[in-house]
Order: sequence, then C-alpha cells, then structure tokens
Amino acid sequence: MSDITSAPGAPTPKSSTELVAASLKRRHRKEARLKWIGLGAIGVAFLMLAILVGSLVSSGWQAFTQTHVTLEVFVDPEEIPEERLPRGGFDDALGASLGRMLPEADMSQRAVRKSVERILSNGAQFKLRDMVVADPALIGKTISMRVPVSDPYDQLNKNLIDRNTPEQNRRVKDNEIAFFDALKAQGAISKPLNWALFTNADSRFPELAGLKGALAGSFWALLTCFLISFPLGIGAAIYLEEFAPKNKLSDFIEVNINNLAAVPSVVFGLLALAVFIGWFGLPRSAPFVGGLTLALMTMPTIIIATRAALKSVPPSIREAALGLGASKQQVVFQHVLPLAMPGVLTGTIIGLAQALGETAPLLLIGMNAFITSAPSSPFDSATALPTQIFIWADSPERGFVSRTSAAILILLGFLVAMNAVAIYLRQKFEKKW
Amino acid sequence: MTAIPFLLLILATLAGYVLNRMAARTIRDNGARLHSMTSYHGLYSALMVLVPVLTIILLWLVLEGSVIDRMVMSGLPDGMLDGQGTGAVQLVLAEIKSISRGQIFGTPEDWKLAAAERYSALRAQADWWMIAVVAIVALAILVFARSRVSAEFRARQGVEHIVSGLMIFCSTVAIFTTIGIIVSLSFETVRFLDRVPLTEFLFGLNWEPQIPLREDQIAAEGAFGWIPVILGTIVITVVALLVAVPVGLFSAIYLNEFAPRKLRATIKPVLEILAGVPTVVYGFFAILVVAPAIRSFGQSLGVDVAPNTALAAGGVMGIMLVPFISSFADDALSAVPGALRDAALGLGATRAEMMTTVLFPAAIPGIVGGVLLAVSRAIGETMIVVMAAGLIAKMTINPLDSVTTVTVQIVTLLIGDTSFDNPKTLAAFALGMMLFLVTLMINVFALRIVRKYREAYD
Repeated sequence: MSDITSAPGAPTPKSSTELVAASLKRRHRKEARLKWIGLGAIGVAFLMLAILVGSLVSSGWQAFTQTHVTLEVFVDPEEIPEERLPRGGFDDALGASLGRMLPEADMSQRAVRKSVERILSNGAQFKLRDMVVADPALIGKTISMRVPVSDPYDQLNKNLIDRNTPEQNRRVKDNEIAFFDALKAQGAISKPLNWALFTNADSRFPELAGLKGALAGSFWALLTCFLISFPLGIGAAIYLEEFAPKNKLSDFIEVNINNLAAVPSVVFGLLALAVFIGWFGLPRSAPFVGGLTLALMTMPTIIIATRAALKSVPPSIREAALGLGASKQQVVFQHVLPLAMPGVLTGTIIGLAQALGETAPLLLIGMNAFITSAPSSPFDSATALPTQIFIWADSPERGFVSRTSAAILILLGFLVAMNAVAIYLRQKFEKKW
Repeated sequence: MTAIPFLLLILATLAGYVLNRMAARTIRDNGARLHSMTSYHGLYSALMVLVPVLTIILLWLVLEGSVIDRMVMSGLPDGMLDGQGTGAVQLVLAEIKSISRGQIFGTPEDWKLAAAERYSALRAQADWWMIAVVAIVALAILVFARSRVSAEFRARQGVEHIVSGLMIFCSTVAIFTTIGIIVSLSFETVRFLDRVPLTEFLFGLNWEPQIPLREDQIAAEGAFGWIPVILGTIVITVVALLVAVPVGLFSAIYLNEFAPRKLRATIKPVLEILAGVPTVVYGFFAILVVAPAIRSFGQSLGVDVAPNTALAAGGVMGIMLVPFISSFADDALSAVPGALRDAALGLGATRAEMMTTVLFPAAIPGIVGGVLLAVSRAIGETMIVVMAAGLIAKMTINPLDSVTTVTVQIVTLLIGDTSFDNPKTLAAFALGMMLFLVTLMINVFALRIVRKYREAYD
C-alpha cells in the first residue's frame, strides 16, 4: 500500500519497529524513573523509621545509667537521736559528709552549704533514713553509702550540659562544677546501672523516677483485658463463624464488629468515662477500668483473627468428625478449635500488643495521675507504660527527656518481644493444609 | 473479702462437676445405659452453677459501690447538702470514705463521722450479704442439678444449650459496645445542647471553652463553636495525607511490581513496624525531633514557625499512615486480575506503562477506600496531636501555625476535670459524638467501596 501513496521525493516512512525502537529509550527511562521514585518512597519511610529509633536510642541510653556519689556518712547522734526516729537531720548528716570531702567549700556560709547539699538527690536522705530506721545501731557510726546525685549533676556527668555555655544560661554554676569535679577527682563519683528506673515508682525528681508503678499498672490492665477479651472474643468468633444462621442479625453483628475495629480509640475512652466511671461508679485511674476499656477495643481484633483461623481449618476435619457421630459443638470444640489455636493465639498476642501501646482511652479514665507507689491490685490507682511516657514527656525537667526515651525503648522492647512470640507461634505451629 | 465469693463459686462449680459425674457413673455401673457421657453430666451441673452465680457476683460488685454511696448520702441529716453542686457533694462523699478508711484530716463534723461509721457498717454488711446470697443460690442450683441426673437425662444437649447461649451473649457484646457508645455520647450531648444551642455549636466560629470556676471569677463566657476545631483537624489531616499518600502509593507500586520477591519479603515487615509503633511514641518523636527541626529550618529561611506547628503533627501522623496506605494499595493492585496485566504487557507496554495506564486505574476504587480509611484514622488519631499540636483554636489554614483538633480538645477538656454537669465536660462528649459520627460515616463508605470493588473482580 505504501508504495502507492508515497510520493517520490518524500522521506520514506519509518516502519513501526523503527518507531518503537526510537521511543524505547524514552520509555525505559520512564520505567526506571517510576522504579526509582518507588524505591525513594520506601527509602523515605525507612529513613524516618531509622531517625525515630536512632533519636530515641541516642537520647534514651543515658537514662539507663545514673550518676551516684559514694559518701562516708557519720550518723551523728546529736542530729539523729534514736528516740526521735524516724525523724532526724538526715539531710544535714549527708551535707556534712559531703563538706568533709570538699575542704575548699566554706560550709559555714549558708549559700555554699546549700549548693553543696544540692549535689545530692532529694531521695538520698530517705535512703539514709530507711537504713537507720532499719538498724538503729548505726547511730554514732560512720557508714559508707552510695546515693544518687540530683538531676543537674547527673546531666553534667553525662556531658549533657555544655560547660562552655555562659554561666547565667547554665543550670550548674562554675563553683558548683568545681565541687563536682573535686568529688570526681577523689573517685567518689560512679555511674552504675540505673536500677531505680525499674524499682522505683514515679517521682517529681528525675533521678528518682522509675517505671515500677507504670509496669505494674500495665500488667494489671493487660491481664484484665486478656481475661475479658479472650473468652468473649473466641466465643463470639466461634458463634459467628460456625453456628450463626445467615440472617439480618448476624449481618448486623458483623458490620458492628468491623466498625468497632475502626472507631477512634478516644471514643472508647469517652465510653469508659461515661459508663464505667460515671454510671457504674468504678474507681478512676484503676487498671481494672483501663483493662475493661482495652478489652472492648481488643475484642474485634481477636474476633477477626479467630474467624480467619477457624476458616482455615479444612472441611474434611469437620466432615470426618461429624461422620463419626460427633455433635456440631463437639466437632468445633474438640477438633476445629484446637487446630485453629495457633492462629487464635497469634491474633490475641498482636491484639494485646496494640492494647499495651494504647494511650488515649487511658488518659480519659485518669490513668495519667501522679502516683508515687506501685499498685498492688487492679483497683488501685496507677499509671500505665504509655501514659507514664506521656506524663514524662510533659514534664519540664531536663532529666525526663532521656527517661521518656528510655521508657519508650522499654515499651518498644515489650512490643517487639510480644510480636516475636506471635511470629514464632505462627511459624512453629500453623499448619498449611 | 471479695475473694470469698469467688472461692465459693469455684468450689461450688467443682463440687457440681464431681457430684453429678459420680452420680452418673454409679447409674452406669449399675448397668443402665446413659444417654450422655458422664463428663457431660458433670459439666451440666458445673455450668448451671457457674453462669448464674458469676453473673450475680459481677453485678453485685458493679452495683454495690453506687448503691452504698446512695444509701449513705440519703441517710445524712437533712439540710446538709442543700444547694450544693455535684462537685461539692462528691467531695463530701470522698471525705466520708477516707474517714471510714481511717484517714482523718483535721476535725470533721460529727455527722460526717456518723456517716463514715454507717458507710463501713454497710460495706461489711454488703460483703456478708453477698456471701450468703452466693452460698444459698449455689447450693440450690447444686441440689437441683443433682436431682436431674438419670439414665435418660440429656445432659449433653443441656450443656450445648448453655454453651450456645454463652456464645450468643459473647457476640452481642459488640452490639452492646456500639449501643453503649451511642447512648453515652448522645446522653451527654443532649445535656450539652441544653446549655449551648445546636446552631452555635455547629456554626460558631469561636471555640473558647473557658468557664469561670467560681461565681465571682472574671473570665470569658465560653464559646462553643466547633468550626475552628474541625478546621484545625482538616489542616492536620491534609498535611498527613500529603505525606502518607505519595510515599505509601509509590512504595506499594514498587513492592507490587518491581521489587524482587526476597526484597519484598523483608521490606513489608519493616514497613509494618511503622504501623505497630504506639502513637504516644510518635507524639514524643514529633516534639523531640520533628518540631524543632522544622522550626530551625523555618528560622533559617526567615519564616516564623509556631513551636507546635500543624506541619510537625501532620507530618509525623503521615509517617504513621504510610504502611496503612501502602498495604491497602498493595492489596488493591494485587486484586486486579492477572489477565489485564498480561494483556497490557502482551501489547508491548513496559511495566511502568502497564502500571500507570492499566493496573493503577483499575485499582483506584480500592486505593480510594484505603485512603478514606486513612482519613478516618487521621481524624481520630489522638496522642500525636495531643502532644504535638496546639491547644488554642484558630481560624487558620496555615500549616506553619499552631492549630488544635477535635481529639486534642476532648482530651484537654477531660483531663483532670471530673464533674459531669460542667459545660466543658459535656462539650467534650459533644465533640466525641461528632467525631464518632464523622469517622463512622467515612468508615462505612470506605468499607463499602472496598467490598464492592473486590466483588467486581471476584
């Protein structure tokens, strides 16, 4: 055809192969571009994850150690008479022993004495008091003890305070730094692991604040959550998957469960505040109420996971059991459910891990209170790990920044461990039919 | 004290199981043919005891506190609480309770001491009553269940009936939760609308929920127009989507089409980590790293940036939503039938052309559904904005400014304040109601799109 229409002298039209070949380079470039944009997007996400974890680790690792000072404390019978215990001038005894280690400090001057005493944490005197109350024979003796230093000096020792900033912008003054350096030169300063982070409850003072109360609160809340959501979730899932007639009601329940899974968590907090606390009169700030709320939020996750696990059990198992004369419930409870259990447990652990990190509903039921003792039952006031993070993140003291990061690292550690268990269970026990 | 009823419950349940099972065994050993296996006879009795008695104990525990409170308060001498607000009454009650625990501060009035004594007495009585009721009911059921054991008794059917009932109860908990949410929110919202007209709430341009605490305090009247709050929510949501949608979509395209299988198997779980990080962690990340970074970057350009800018909160929220969008988009792309893909490639399209002209357009409904679900997540997300966004409602769409959101207002209005008759508290519930309705509508709509689209290709 072309030889007829093409006029002599006109450029010979290119064959389609040539056309394609000419455009191929451009098209391949386009493909490469799309690929690189995709890789870039993933790179951005990974970079953000890396910055997130990196910044938490770099600010949090410091909180796992705490600067301490070792003192030779003379328990002066004048200051601490036995008959007045547990009262006594414990802070003066500690201050005096520091003064003896710092000959250059003029302890007769009130201002100097105060700034020397400020090196020690506020908790030091209580530590001494507890030792003396436990063993009054210590009165009149000199005891060697290691006590935490207060937050500014802890920061100084960890090089978080820049010594080159002008004095008026610094929280520790030049002479105070000199005192601290003198103590350091004597080898009195040490930086052991910060066990207080795990053995103390919350405190206004960063160097004394710990997560014991939050960990206990989270434990009780999760226990309550598990005890309620696990049986309820499995029961609901079995009914919906195996027994429910296909009618409007079961459809409605299904839609409900799917919607509940997407309701904002803060709405569950409002529900808990109005119903559990307002109408039922349950105590505020109690891990039990927190657990109840979390159970309502975890239940849809468990139901969805259990239904998927039940679905994956092949019909031949059911038919075999039915054929041998088992009743429908016997089939489900003695054959299908045990086979679906790994999937159910995986879903439950993942649901509980989500519940562990949930914060907003716990704030609304008051689990963000300042509580300085660990709860001994699920009905005592307590905080939880995520709400403790929120409280510390809001605290103005510098020392709480690294402690918040440390608390987050601990929370993330728990989450990683729970998810690892879930993955292990899935890979170890899940059968491919 | 509360342990005793539970102990009784466990004992009675075990006793029921053992007694009925033994009875059934004796019948069998005497040569009769049982209808049900002996363990079903035992289970029948155990469940018959367990279910009603546990219900009694739980109801008792839930209701005991408020009933005793009411009895104590109504037993107070006349005229003590006249003209006092709920807050003051609550304080009196708390004082009475702490006196009854032995924590006495100052010298309380005599009527308070008497009330405290009455409170302790009532509590002790209630405990004994509960033990008595539990013991009597359990015993009666045990006797009844034992009397039904016979060779013909269909114990298995009985057990299965109870178990089905329990399972139906379990599945209705979801309905009750939804009903509870709707009822509690609307109850408080109606009370809120008694004080603030609906038109002011829906169309007011001012949100200043400061209410004078005392009569004589000079403070703003308090304005409850939610437009600036929802505007702030929209600003932050848009910022979050501007981060999450491109990053999520392009990740999904790469993972779905270009990534080698091994790479995909490692990238996907790592992306999922982003979704598993608790939101309180993102909030701290926003105030620790992102907000200062944006601020100093803005200052280096000479732009004034608020310390709690919408950009920081929204950006961090966007990072959180990336895995959400990418997994939805990945699913949607995978759900497109392979024939469409093969046809495009067979016609000579490059893989990029196949993706942009065939696969992606075909997957758009599913992707839109995923994005809508992400929108509802972003609107309902709380901790990131509570920590990183502002508290004051402003009519602005400048992402460098500080804005507030619905969830921030709910949390700040409810933290600390407890009394339920304060417009501030009620406003939080009204906001919660709007939040619930908006997210519910988006969710229903999005799930419908996703489902319809899946059906179209199945």
